[in-house]
Amino acid sequence: MEGALGWWGVLIAVLGGAVRVSTPYLFVALGETLTERAGRVNLGLEGTLVLGAMTAFATSVLTGSPWLGVLAAGIAGLGLGALHAVICNLPRVNDIAVGIALFVFGTGLAFYLGKDFIQPRAEMLPGLALGTWSDIPAVQSALEISPLFLLGMALAFFLSWALRRTRWGLLLRMAGENAEAGRALGLSVPRIRLAATAAGGFLSGIGGAFLSLDYPGNWNEGLSSGQGLMAVALVIFARWEPVRCFWASLLFGGATALGPALQTVGITSGYYLFNAAPYMLTLLLLVWASSPRETLAGAPRELSISR
Amino acid sequence: MSGTETTGMPAPARRAPGARLLPGAAASEGIEAVLLSALALLVAFLLFGVFVAVQGHDPVAVHRTLWLGAFGTRFSIENTLTLAAPIILTAMATLIPARVGLLVIGGEGALIMGGLGAVLAGLALAGLPGLLGALLCCLAGALAGALWLALAGALKHWRGVNETIATLLLNYIAIAVMLHLVTGPLRDLAVPIKAQSWSIPEAFRMGDIPGWSVHWGLLIGVAVVACVHVLTRHTVTGFSMAILGGNRRAAQMAGLDIGRLTLLACALGGAAAGLAGAIEVVAVHGAASESLVVGFGYTGILVAFLARQNALAVLLVALIIGGIAASGGLLQRRFGMPDAATELLQGMIFLCVLASNALAGRLLPGRR
Repeated sequence: MEGALGWWGVLIAVLGGAVRVSTPYLFVALGETLTERAGRVNLGLEGTLVLGAMTAFATSVLTGSPWLGVLAAGIAGLGLGALHAVICNLPRVNDIAVGIALFVFGTGLAFYLGKDFIQPRAEMLPGLALGTWSDIPAVQSALEISPLFLLGMALAFFLSWALRRTRWGLLLRMAGENAEAGRALGLSVPRIRLAATAAGGFLSGIGGAFLSLDYPGNWNEGLSSGQGLMAVALVIFARWEPVRCFWASLLFGGATALGPALQTVGITSGYYLFNAAPYMLTLLLLVWASSPRETLAGAPRELSISR
Repeated sequence: MSGTETTGMPAPARRAPGARLLPGAAASEGIEAVLLSALALLVAFLLFGVFVAVQGHDPVAVHRTLWLGAFGTRFSIENTLTLAAPIILTAMATLIPARVGLLVIGGEGALIMGGLGAVLAGLALAGLPGLLGALLCCLAGALAGALWLALAGALKHWRGVNETIATLLLNYIAIAVMLHLVTGPLRDLAVPIKAQSWSIPEAFRMGDIPGWSVHWGLLIGVAVVACVHVLTRHTVTGFSMAILGGNRRAAQMAGLDIGRLTLLACALGGAAAGLAGAIEVVAVHGAASESLVVGFGYTGILVAFLARQNALAVLLVALIIGGIAASGGLLQRRFGMPDAATELLQGMIFLCVLASNALAGRLLPGRR
């Protein structure tokens, strides 16, 4: 089918892939945005993503309800996020290093507990078929949209508004921009960061649920290809703004879909290089956006990576 | 983050860099560091025991098996030493940049680039005498790793690109470049089961230390650690690095060449990890393939932190962590545990070590 469409097939596949692949990026990026706007970096969201994927899949296998799986994944992510925050609230502990440790811990835990779930089939999340008006299967499959994608999109706009317009958003931003001022007002900055990091973990866990219950839709140890790590760079690219995270996720999703899409028209030689496109894109963007003199535009001032 | 936690290097960053040169302070700091790491290890093993008990295993038996698989027999000791060799070197990729205050996690990418460099050198130099060829392969690997991480150092210095994120991305790019080369331009089509590059000449392969089934890479790693120790503790360059790592402003005031030190630290770290990759090729695999991507780089980060960025301590820590990795197979056979058990234990150790930093300066009396 794709062959008949030729290069149009590639375009459709990239656009469809952008929507499909972007969802885990989007959730992890939103989670990381919340965490970083409160002044912490959590590099361990890759571990959260993998643990979330395993938890969602196992819950769906055991209970038969994929939505319960999504919730369980969120709760598992919440736990890892809270662990990150609690350790980082100790004196002289570096948040980036804790993130790397949580990355190892989360994936180790997920692989250990998930060993028994590699074989069975789980109840999948239902997709919304928005492409029934077209006769072309490629278009139909590109427009089979996950409800989680729509949820993530709505969440991006909501968070963008909430960060700017609500009391809660103001507190969070204060913890990230000027902890000193927060303390002077009698606020508990560690507690705000705990809430933000735990909420960020919750969202990342849901991103993991998408991986195992929607696309690619199974559980194995090679499920995540570093989306959780890339999301950290994506947040920098989106300059810590939820709605820009949404657009950036689409861009990254499209970049990820490029390699497989080109394979369908017979371009296979640079397969692995195309797979690395999102990483190279991120590095180039970082080089372009960074400056040795000042911190990145839009970066929360308390952030260790913007110092 | 408050001002006290800058780049994540443990306590020394708080004190004036010169303070560590006082013999008394250094000794007491050393004792405390050992105590903290030992305590963290103990807590991690306890937590792991609780975890396996919940899973229905006997925690005492599991730990006994861990010991048996790591150091119990001659075979397991050799296994442990073979696994320790590369992680001693990849730990340097985090440790040396940490001296100038950078958190580099690019050991994995530098190792892969080193492996590729060694393969390319081996293919180009076919016909040379064996020992010379092996040596040049290792040098090429070290050079490739050095250039790879120096790129991150250059981006940091001239463009202000965060080195942690950059080295993380470089890891993935290195894997992609390697897979591209071994599935395409460098692929040895005579090996149908697995995508791997052409093999380096048999004469260049590195053998085992006589009487042991442990390859020479272990001794190379020990020698590199000795060099790094001398460099960081007993040379002007090492002292300049410590000043830069302790206080960037002070280093600027003192007129130190920050760019040169940054690049040097990253390049040396990359060279060590690249050497690890080269040794994996020359002593173990003979070619580049996905077998190089087994996480030695990430384990090296853990080792560097557990050793509290002290080069000599890396030797001991690498034995412990290598031992845990070596016992994975036995745990799997005896208890039917998933092979991720050792990764989980490593994650627990890592978390406990970082949390133990909170106790720095409080463990010994009279040191506040």
